[in-house]
Amino acid sequence: MALIQFEDVGKSFRTRKGDEFTAVRDFSLMLERGEFFCLLGPSGCGKTTVLAMLAGFEAPTAGRILLDGKTIDGPSRDRGVVFQGDDSLYTWLNAEENVEFGLRLRGVPRKERRATARRYLDLVGLTGQQDKYPPELSGGMKQRIQIARALANEPKMLLMDEPFGALDAQTRGIMQRELRQIWRATGSSVLFITHDIDEAISLGSRVGVMTAGPGGTLKEVIAIELEGERSRTDPAYIGYYARIQETIRHEVDRAIRQSAEAA
Amino acid sequence: MTGTVSRDGGSPAATPVRAPRRPERSKLAMAALGVGPYLVSFAALFLTWHLVAVYGVQSVLFPPPTTVFAKAGVLIANGTLFDNIWASLQRIATGFFLGSALGIPIGLTIGSFRFARKLIEPWTEFLRFIPAVAMITISVIWFGIGEESKIFLIVYTTIFIVILNTAAGVASIAPNKLRAAQSLGASKWQLFALVALPATVPFILTGMRLAMANSFTTIVAAEFVSAQFGLGVMLWNGRMFMLIDEIFVALVALGMLGFTADRIFRFGIYRFARRYSPVA
Repeated sequence: MALIQFEDVGKSFRTRKGDEFTAVRDFSLMLERGEFFCLLGPSGCGKTTVLAMLAGFEAPTAGRILLDGKTIDGPSRDRGVVFQGDDSLYTWLNAEENVEFGLRLRGVPRKERRATARRYLDLVGLTGQQDKYPPELSGGMKQRIQIARALANEPKMLLMDEPFGALDAQTRGIMQRELRQIWRATGSSVLFITHDIDEAISLGSRVGVMTAGPGGTLKEVIAIELEGERSRTDPAYIGYYARIQETIRHEVDRAIRQSAEAA
Repeated sequence: MTGTVSRDGGSPAATPVRAPRRPERSKLAMAALGVGPYLVSFAALFLTWHLVAVYGVQSVLFPPPTTVFAKAGVLIANGTLFDNIWASLQRIATGFFLGSALGIPIGLTIGSFRFARKLIEPWTEFLRFIPAVAMITISVIWFGIGEESKIFLIVYTTIFIVILNTAAGVASIAPNKLRAAQSLGASKWQLFALVALPATVPFILTGMRLAMANSFTTIVAAEFVSAQFGLGVMLWNGRMFMLIDEIFVALVALGMLGFTADRIFRFGIYRFARRYSPVA
């Protein structure tokens, strides 16, 4: 059985004017245990809404989402979330206390908590930074804390919402490489949201491309079969890039035409 | 706020909160460096006052600091100054802590539940525009001329500003902080106790600091109307009997007390709640 099943999931909102706005429609997808799935799409396509529904922050208005065959009903520690910005970190707690937060919620004894937190701080390359408070750390380091905090709680799945979107290009590249190493070391299942084609190909075992919004849905899913360290100069990589870019360009053009017609 | 800009500012680099301690400087020297500018500034204040009084105004209605300090010495020696200060401070402390103890839970409730906000806000929004000094007469009628009326007024002047700041603090918690905790398995109670409450602490402390300043205003006015002792009594009697020097002693005492109280509060925030930055 797949770890996650999206079954014809849709999400509509009522706008302030009272119109109905569809963010996501007919979204169906199965995620397997241990895979790194990148959900890629132009901005406004509803990919963050997909993640918010999987996390349980928002309920779908159509269809259902299953985890291990059971309908998802609100957030739980099954699904750890890494947010784009740093506003989810607890500024009154130091790095270690942030990482062990989930364990503390479960009443894990202090000593054990400390040991686990240190292990995950080591894993994300923050050895020796445990006493620093989030405002004292750089953007990249803060995202590492978020990743360690989510992993230390041992969720069934990691949901990442453009976690490197706010980082500079250099740091982003480093973080991508390290995230892939962490994924390979831990065998976690990951849903990774991005609008960056390179990021999706560098990280994903599969890449799902969404149609342009509003009312985005999954257009195609591409398995990325590249072994080991992925290089942007690899001809196979370039092939994937060209293919995905073509799809996205087509989608964006269509969206622009549509909104022009509507106007 | 200057101390916090570097912490919360956009700079992604690891910004040290304080300059690293330099080992070659002794603790005493560090303390002197910390307090030195304050002392210089205070000296300049009194010097200016002296110059203006002695060479500018040249009137018994504006005594120079030397005269005022001499008078303070007399009032300290016969005990009246401390009796008055103690009377005012006790009232402030009791009312301030009582008002905060009531205001914080009310503010947390308003900030947490929309229904509670709608229910309580008309009260707070109505009452907070009636200044505490306007309540002096009725509070004396209700509670008599004893301590109760003064403490009621300090509670009154404290509670609304604490409620307002606390509620604003709860309302301004980043939703992702709560979402992250939910994804880590937090219960409703844990969301409140481990996320919402600590995230609100800086706002609560700010409200309390502002309330402290209000308390000073209110106590003086309240003591004008009815009290045996207190700095307000000193000021009022000073006017009745033309005791200009005593008025100045009371004014300087108020300034010093307020300054000290604020420093203690800031030190307390820094010492015990530094992790709940920002500390202004």
